[in-house]
Amino acid sequence: MKALAAITGAGCTKVGEHWERSLLDLAVEACLRALEEAGNPPVRALYVGNAASELVNEQGNLAALLADALALEGIKAAEVRAGDASGALALHQACLDVSLGQEGAVLVCGVEKMTDVMAPEVERVQMLFEDSRSTFHSGVTVPGLCALLTALYMERYKASYEDIVLFAVNDHRNAANNPCAQYPFPITVETVMGSPLVADPIRLFDTAGIGDGAAALVLTRPEEARKACDAPVAVVASEVATDRVNVCEREDLLCLRSLRLAAKRALKRAGLEINRVSFFEVHNTTSILGILALEALGLAEPGRGVELLREGEIAIGGRCPTNTMGGLKGRGHPWGATGIYQAVETVWQLRGEAGKNQVEGAEVGLAHNMCGLGSISCVHVFARWEVVS
Amino acid sequence: MKPIRPVGIVGYGGYVPAYRIKASEIGRMWGNEGCALPIVEKAVAGPDEDMTTIAYEAARYALVRARIDPHEIGAVFIGSESKPYAVKPSGTIVAEALGIGSQLLAADYEFACKAGTEAFQTCIGLVSSGMTKYAMAIGADTAQGRPADELEYTAASGGAAFIFGLKSEETVAYLEGSCSFTTDTADFWRRAGQPYPRHFGRFTGKPAYFRHVVTAARMLMEELGLGPEDFDWAVFHQPNAKFPVKAAKMLGIPKEKLEPGLLVPYIGNTYSGSSPLGLAATLDVAEPGDRILMVSYGSGAGSDAFSFVVQDAIEEKRPLAPPVRAFIARKKYVDYAFYARFRGKLLK
Repeated sequence: MKALAAITGAGCTKVGEHWERSLLDLAVEACLRALEEAGNPPVRALYVGNAASELVNEQGNLAALLADALALEGIKAAEVRAGDASGALALHQACLDVSLGQEGAVLVCGVEKMTDVMAPEVERVQMLFEDSRSTFHSGVTVPGLCALLTALYMERYKASYEDIVLFAVNDHRNAANNPCAQYPFPITVETVMGSPLVADPIRLFDTAGIGDGAAALVLTRPEEARKACDAPVAVVASEVATDRVNVCEREDLLCLRSLRLAAKRALKRAGLEINRVSFFEVHNTTSILGILALEALGLAEPGRGVELLREGEIAIGGRCPTNTMGGLKGRGHPWGATGIYQAVETVWQLRGEAGKNQVEGAEVGLAHNMCGLGSISCVHVFARWEVVS
Repeated sequence: MKPIRPVGIVGYGGYVPAYRIKASEIGRMWGNEGCALPIVEKAVAGPDEDMTTIAYEAARYALVRARIDPHEIGAVFIGSESKPYAVKPSGTIVAEALGIGSQLLAADYEFACKAGTEAFQTCIGLVSSGMTKYAMAIGADTAQGRPADELEYTAASGGAAFIFGLKSEETVAYLEGSCSFTTDTADFWRRAGQPYPRHFGRFTGKPAYFRHVVTAARMLMEELGLGPEDFDWAVFHQPNAKFPVKAAKMLGIPKEKLEPGLLVPYIGNTYSGSSPLGLAATLDVAEPGDRILMVSYGSGAGSDAFSFVVQDAIEEKRPLAPPVRAFIARKKYVDYAFYARFRGKLLK
């Protein structure tokens, strides 16, 4: 394994309803935390991941705005948009930038402030990440699409909805120990089944909530890492892949092809087999997507993902601990920030700072962030500095 | 805020229309069967009722309990957000129907759901200053909720009236002090000409309702040197069944102290009538010497907090008019079709 970049600082805000704070306030807080951890190095470039600030917050041009707010005068700055994959895609761009080999730190921030509009508008904007011709204008929502996938999965593999939502239960159990989680409390299958129906069979407690948040990372070239901090974390792979945007045009609705491709490339790049990965952060807007992600990663055969849930294999202490700090359901899903939250939490695990949720002996972590139902997937593999050559 | 001369309530009355619709019936209409709903049922004004008839009913009972000559009332203020006329006072209709003389100050107040207690504050000032002997404050509404909006489950009809006079043996409860907390917070509004209000979802909670209710209550307690344990009863604005209970918890007031005045599960949110009806229902059970905390909330946003101490006259005056619970027990269920007709939701 060889490091592409080193993470020398990671920071985030709590995910929640930050009524009294702006998009920029949140981004600045996350960046300052990450920069402080990294020892406030000179920053030469900034990448900002955000899904929908123009539509939700009436604010565009976030890269220059954030550089200005952080008093990073004259630096290079760019904004990255790919729906709810914006965060990880920004990290990918930052990794590419680091690979240019220039001196100085690269700051990457994912931020989203969703509570500036009402829930129906959030749902509408979220659908703009899909193909407007075939999907958005049909009136279906993301939970609606997930409902179709869930129903198909249940029919094809004879799975029960109660088993599928064990994914959400796992998220909440882990979120309970994450100080930055939006919903830091455990739930049961009964909690999910007793919550309102959103899109049959999907219930409210099976869907990621609406929340505000920002997360940031400081990256440097591997050779600078040890100078910058005692416990850097290595990015050993950063890969992106796409799939048909219209899910109906996919060969198999229940295969997240973009994730499969990105993960394959990432593992190849890192020179790893999937069983070397100690834990996983996957993109579960609803439980079904989490399960399909486990299957696309090759952790289970198609249709067998629910068995991992039932057997407790995705819990901390299981064979493939997943969403160790709460995932999209428990920690929250502020679209463009989610990919960076996943990376920040992975850093905590690899530094041994995950508290009660620490995965023992964690050496390698994999994070998967995607847009919508997988039109674009980003896969990052991170490793403890000690295991990188 | 403390008046120069002590002021109290000499008469009070509440009124709730007889018709009810179950929240589950509204849920059935909009495909939310089996979901958790904010209340059990809500009061619906009948086809021959509006805010002024509700205000009149409540005021009539207040007058009976006050045992005063209506001509001695020098001011009538109605707080409401469902005034039958955009331009034409409602207070005049009610005052004339009650036989209150024409040497009268009358006005309608608007401050979303706290317009009723806004009228309290004005009455207290007028009486304390000696400008008028008695003044009447009414909070009443036939609240509007857009069909299928979450407000439709709770927006209800009802009202309560209070007559204020200088503290005497006729006073059923005197005012220890009040406190108002107001900010520009747009959590809920209805623009001119619009039939239904709009609201900002969950924003109506923490930064709006809870911030204002809890702050006003704390400010009042600090001013009076009282703690939550000093109050025997508490009444909060009741937009749903959860909010007042949570506000009480935040203030360290046990749920039992809310019970007599917690009417929302069975009548809904009567907007400007909500906390005044809660106070009336609490006076229906309170004993002389009991101290009552009342905190209203109006979107936009603000809260008025009051501390009242019940006096001996309550025992003699209470039986003179029906208790609020009697109106709550008197009910006739309607289905969504009748509700739609009664509340003018069908185009004719």
